[in-house]
Amino acid sequence: MRSAKWRPYFFVAPAIIVFLVFFIQPIFYMIYLSFHDWNFISPDKTFVGLGNFKDLLSDPMFLEVIRNTLMYTFFTVLFSISLALLMSIWLNKQGWMYSFVQGAVFSPHIISLVSIAMLWMWIMDADYGLLNWVLSLVGLEKVPWLTDPNTALSSLIIIAVWKNIGYFTLIIIAGLQSIPKHLYEAAALDRTPPWRRFAKITFPMLSPSLFFLTIIGILDSIKVFETISIITKGGPLNSTNTLVYYIYENGFIFFKIGYASAAGVILLVILSILTLLYFKVLSKRVHYQ
Amino acid sequence: MKTSLPLKILNVIGLIIMVAIFAMPFIWMISTSLKTLGETMVFPPKWIPDELIWENFISAWNSGPFLQYFMNSVLVSVGILIFQFITVIPAAYAFARYEFRFKNVLFSLVMVTMMIPAQLIFLPVFLNLSDWGLLDTLWGLILPFATSAFGIFMLRQTFKQVPEELLEAARLDNSTDFKIMMKIMVPMAKPTLITLGLFNFITHWNDYFWPLVMTTTESARTLPVGIAQLRQVDGGVAWNILMAGNVILVIPILIIFFFAQRHIIRAFTYTGVK
Repeated sequence: MRSAKWRPYFFVAPAIIVFLVFFIQPIFYMIYLSFHDWNFISPDKTFVGLGNFKDLLSDPMFLEVIRNTLMYTFFTVLFSISLALLMSIWLNKQGWMYSFVQGAVFSPHIISLVSIAMLWMWIMDADYGLLNWVLSLVGLEKVPWLTDPNTALSSLIIIAVWKNIGYFTLIIIAGLQSIPKHLYEAAALDRTPPWRRFAKITFPMLSPSLFFLTIIGILDSIKVFETISIITKGGPLNSTNTLVYYIYENGFIFFKIGYASAAGVILLVILSILTLLYFKVLSKRVHYQ
Repeated sequence: MKTSLPLKILNVIGLIIMVAIFAMPFIWMISTSLKTLGETMVFPPKWIPDELIWENFISAWNSGPFLQYFMNSVLVSVGILIFQFITVIPAAYAFARYEFRFKNVLFSLVMVTMMIPAQLIFLPVFLNLSDWGLLDTLWGLILPFATSAFGIFMLRQTFKQVPEELLEAARLDNSTDFKIMMKIMVPMAKPTLITLGLFNFITHWNDYFWPLVMTTTESARTLPVGIAQLRQVDGGVAWNILMAGNVILVIPILIIFFFAQRHIIRAFTYTGVK
């Protein structure tokens, strides 16, 4: 038992080393780079203080990127959660039919975003796409989904909601199933009408699941990259350019490393606030009564 | 309360529409992958091609070094899986079963990294990998994911539930800690390990972002990156070839999903349900 004291450290060391090298050091390195001007090729990094942040915040394009990111995140999360809530109440039943539908609805969640992006690019094709065909069946005009600056961001939101909804639905179903039955039995004795039962029992009891999904949904949407990189490249007219794509573009296409890092630091701040909020509420437990 | 027949029928129609919204796109993908280029350009679209053009799959496969992409995908996904088991099992065991001085600090570090997405740190990691000569290699795609905070978190919960008496008995037999971990803990945690393995395999098999950013030539690219590049072949978009490529990417995952649906759903919804 001589070395027993060191044993736990020995066990956690490989994992901790990977975290430090690939997650923690890069965060500090990024913060360091955000105060410098560097084009990746030149040997010198010039210190510019807060210069990159000033440039970012006075760049109308960056402000548009932030606006796009927030719009995308807000509407993706809002629609994913509200539709999933309706679907979960519908699908929360026993039987092969319901478990089959649950599986089908969930399937997009495990498909590569590459395929989802390309498939939807084809479905939303203005001339020969499936979606415009469906619209034509009900007598509507063709919509230039992804090629018009007015509809491109909304189209990306539709794709994201389609992908998210199955996952969200299953999480809410799990939440519904954990609500104690006796609450409903009591409500039935009191002849509580269904909508009141929903407002007074179901919704409050679901609040931990809904809160979890809100945070997960925001964290997931705010880092959107794949659909933008494959479908729109931020266009048309910058209308779908979002934060992570903007960092990628500035870092890897324009080689503005310091500038891209400063945008990365802004993402870091947003993620940190969300994470703190998450753990804070989690430690208090979302209200259950 | 009995539901009336019309209501039942309405319910089933609703369910069919719901399945259609999620399944139609995949059927449309397969249908397109078997069409001629000309057939993709008709409106209203045709669901069943006149003739099934299986050659589309060969054209897609031959339009780039797809055997290489495929092998890279397998090596990266399996490599990550092996590394994660090596690093995650002992770490989870230590966090679950030992008391040590910096335990809380180190576990907080694990929780913090769980919240750091690849999309936040790719630029500095890219610069580091470039300094270390690991850019455009499979190591650059494997090492950053050689461990998993989520895995440690999940496995620690499982290890905590193993009854102490089992470990006591093993200690009386003079088993070493390592043996206890491998012979008692790991077999008890088998369902969690399967869940974790499926989750990681699917996540990294599908991943596009990291291999796109960390590779500059074909040598280390994976299947999703290769498929995404099919589009840049020539001016117009050959949707039939493109969809054939995507069928190749999607079908293995859908087959796994079909057979292991319960495990996969458990794997992906774990954090939300707990």
